[in-house]
Amino acid sequence: MIDYLWLVPALPFLGFLILTFFGKKLSKNAISFVGAGSVGLAALLTIIIGIQFLLSPPEGNFFNQKLWTWMSVGGMSPSIAFHLDALSLIFIFVITFVGFLIHVYSTEYMLEDEGFARFLSFMNLFVGSMLVLILADNLALMYLGWEGVGLCSFLLIGFWYKEPANAAAARKAFIVTRVGDTAMALGLFLLIVNFNTLNIQEILHTAPSQWTAGNSTAVWIAFLLLGGAVGKSAQLPLQTWLPDAMAGPSPVSALIHAATMVTAGVYLIARNHVLFELAPSAMSAVAIIGAATLLMAGFAAIVQNDIKRVLAYSTISQIGYMFLALGVGAWSAGVFHFMIHAFFKALLFLGAGAVIHALHHEQNMFKMGGLRKELPIVFWTFLAGSAALSALPLISAGFYSKDAILWYAWSSDKGSLILWAAAFFGAFVTSIYTFRMVFLTFWGKMKTHVHIHLGNAMQVPLIVLAVLSILGGFIETPHSLGHITLFSGFLNPVLPEVQLNHGGEFTEIILQIVTALTGFLGIFLAWHFWYKKPAMVYNFKQTSLGTGLYKLWLSGWAFDWVYDTLFVKPFIKLSQINKDDIVDQLNIGLAGLVNWLHSLVKKTQNGNIRWYATGIAIGLVITLTIVLFL
Amino acid sequence: MLIVFYLAAIVAIVSTILAVTRSNAVHSLLYLIVSFLASAVVFFVLGAHFIAALEVIVYAGAIMVLFVFVIMMLNVGSETEIAEKKWLSIKTWGGPAILSLVLFCELAYVVLTKESLPGSEAIVTPKEVGISLFTQYVLGIEIAAVMLMSGIVGAYHLAQIKKKSKHRFLGGEE
Amino acid sequence: MNTIPVEQSLLLAAMLFVIGLIGVLSRRNVILMLMSVEIMLNAAGMAFVVAGSRWVQPDGQVMFIFILSMAAAEVSVGLALILQMFHINKSIDTKTLGKLHD
Repeated sequence: MIDYLWLVPALPFLGFLILTFFGKKLSKNAISFVGAGSVGLAALLTIIIGIQFLLSPPEGNFFNQKLWTWMSVGGMSPSIAFHLDALSLIFIFVITFVGFLIHVYSTEYMLEDEGFARFLSFMNLFVGSMLVLILADNLALMYLGWEGVGLCSFLLIGFWYKEPANAAAARKAFIVTRVGDTAMALGLFLLIVNFNTLNIQEILHTAPSQWTAGNSTAVWIAFLLLGGAVGKSAQLPLQTWLPDAMAGPSPVSALIHAATMVTAGVYLIARNHVLFELAPSAMSAVAIIGAATLLMAGFAAIVQNDIKRVLAYSTISQIGYMFLALGVGAWSAGVFHFMIHAFFKALLFLGAGAVIHALHHEQNMFKMGGLRKELPIVFWTFLAGSAALSALPLISAGFYSKDAILWYAWSSDKGSLILWAAAFFGAFVTSIYTFRMVFLTFWGKMKTHVHIHLGNAMQVPLIVLAVLSILGGFIETPHSLGHITLFSGFLNPVLPEVQLNHGGEFTEIILQIVTALTGFLGIFLAWHFWYKKPAMVYNFKQTSLGTGLYKLWLSGWAFDWVYDTLFVKPFIKLSQINKDDIVDQLNIGLAGLVNWLHSLVKKTQNGNIRWYATGIAIGLVITLTIVLFL
Repeated sequence: MLIVFYLAAIVAIVSTILAVTRSNAVHSLLYLIVSFLASAVVFFVLGAHFIAALEVIVYAGAIMVLFVFVIMMLNVGSETEIAEKKWLSIKTWGGPAILSLVLFCELAYVVLTKESLPGSEAIVTPKEVGISLFTQYVLGIEIAAVMLMSGIVGAYHLAQIKKKSKHRFLGGEE
Repeated sequence: MNTIPVEQSLLLAAMLFVIGLIGVLSRRNVILMLMSVEIMLNAAGMAFVVAGSRWVQPDGQVMFIFILSMAAAEVSVGLALILQMFHINKSIDTKTLGKLHD
């Protein structure tokens, strides 16, 4: 069965081709069937391959399938080959499985849209590209998938392209991530120069023998790859595109901008962890970026009015946690949080999408409220997702994954008190904004009436994801709670274990209790400020400090404004100057010269026959003169 | 003989100048005929008797008669004559005259700077011309014949005036 | 019998040719232009005849015959065109032909 690995990315591509070429002719049922079915089959196949992988692990705990040689240039020949190991298996499982649920959800959510077939074809293309990204055995193929998902992100953010703002958001996402991609491409070039190959396994095997830790080339490569990861995963300082990317339909936000694509950066770093281990400064940079991002995004999320923007900032924040985990060397904790985050964030986005769908495209949370009774299934699943997001102890999967990160941020040899404090404070902020969202949306007075009642295609994925968000955490528990290490044990052959430095089990328990209590404190504060006494927040907002903070956080720490003044405006000015530069003048001048000569010659063609005859006579005289006297 | 040549030459030049400068088309046509007749005398003096005869018959006779026909058909009145007078100002012919003078000077330079050659008195008889025409130049004769034929057909076609329509090459509805 | 100098005959031909050229360039009446062209053709033919008679060869006269037939064809077509032009423009002024451009 494992030999059919190539079918996993191929099936979504097939679905994409069918929907692209025959989408207009197929009925809506057939489109749904093809669109969700292709991903569903891929998910089924992935699960079967996964079970086989678990029961009888292949030799060396990886499976490599070479399809054909892509190209052969200058001694380097990247091939179209797939590499399956524990890390990529987890990723493709999440992508196909969560992707399938989101596809099923989309078949109801987008059914009435005129671009239904186009939507599903782009989604299929995305899933295919993402699988190529993950399964790629060399960085060149990975880069192909990397750009492929970037393209799909662009296409799907701008899906409702008739609205100029959506197209602008799509462009912004594309351009900002392109900054990171350029850095990543430079990193790949450096790798080619040094290793003459892009095969990941070869590089990972050769690098430690070629470089000692801290080698400047290794540091450069690690930082350049980090640039790519930062762009794709919307971390500081390239995070500005993700909140705007919410212009796309909600399933897109769930699939691309929460569960899968934005975590490609995490995958990139985890995949190339050897390179990062050789560059300690890059590792610290990863941790610091993660810590700064999770705090920054957390505060920005508190003041957002748009439910999807809250989730967008929370996604940035949660990916910050993953980066933090990677940065302190807790590779498996980062990947674990990726998986759990994919479950609950997809759930939250789908739930938010359901609310928006039911309220007829109302996204402002202050116009929602009281939906607890109207949308019970959405409410309960959303609550499960929120619990996971704010890491409520014991009953939510998010607790186990986030707790591991907090613990390693403290105890790892690369961790420190400051990183732990940032993560801890971030967790507190997370529970505030999460339950602010829950209270505003589901409690209080009903402000907008429910238009549409949801069908099974939308509710079943919510329930499945909610179950996963609750139970998913039990495969990896801390020392204090049973110490199950199924997940990290599974990842062990690929990712090294974290090096602990200080702290024992007792510290761990203390920290867990503190974290859990702050989580509850956050919920209480959210209940107090946005449900019980909203006037307090309102009054605070009226003070000058409050207004300033509100505006700063609403704009996401004014990064857009900074980039606008630093890059966009000077660039526009420069291009305006450049518009009538010397080269253009030359061209315009040439055109003018030709025009002038043309008018000159045109004068000779005046239709006067005597003029022509004179011309002949003058020519005769001149010719004779030349012949006779010269 | 020389005197005859000079006389004929003077007559030819004067009548040609008059032909070119008259404002009345019929007058200039008559002067042109005189010019051609004088040219015929020159040819005769040069010993080209056959050409002299052809000049009289074809040029002064046939071709000029064509001109007469056309002038009669067009029947341009006195207003054209007045317009012609207006057109014949020094502004119109000054430039061409200077240009032509330069050309003439150059031609004269060519003729006069070469060493002088005495003329020949020998007569080239029509017989010789005929033999040359139909042996050496027979292809040229054929081509000239075809050209005349096409000239006749073309003239016939072009001169047709269809009622209420412009020529098809010049647009307009049929 | 005195022989006629070649130079003088050629000068006569050149003179006629130049007068014809003046006519072509300065007249606006298209019939007179055509007549001037005839003068020029005649002058050119005369140059051939002079040369032929100098070398006592028939070729000069043959050339004249060709020029003559060419002139005849040209005049017939040219006059037909003038008729047509007069029919369309009601004028034999070449200036009116300028309408053809644009």
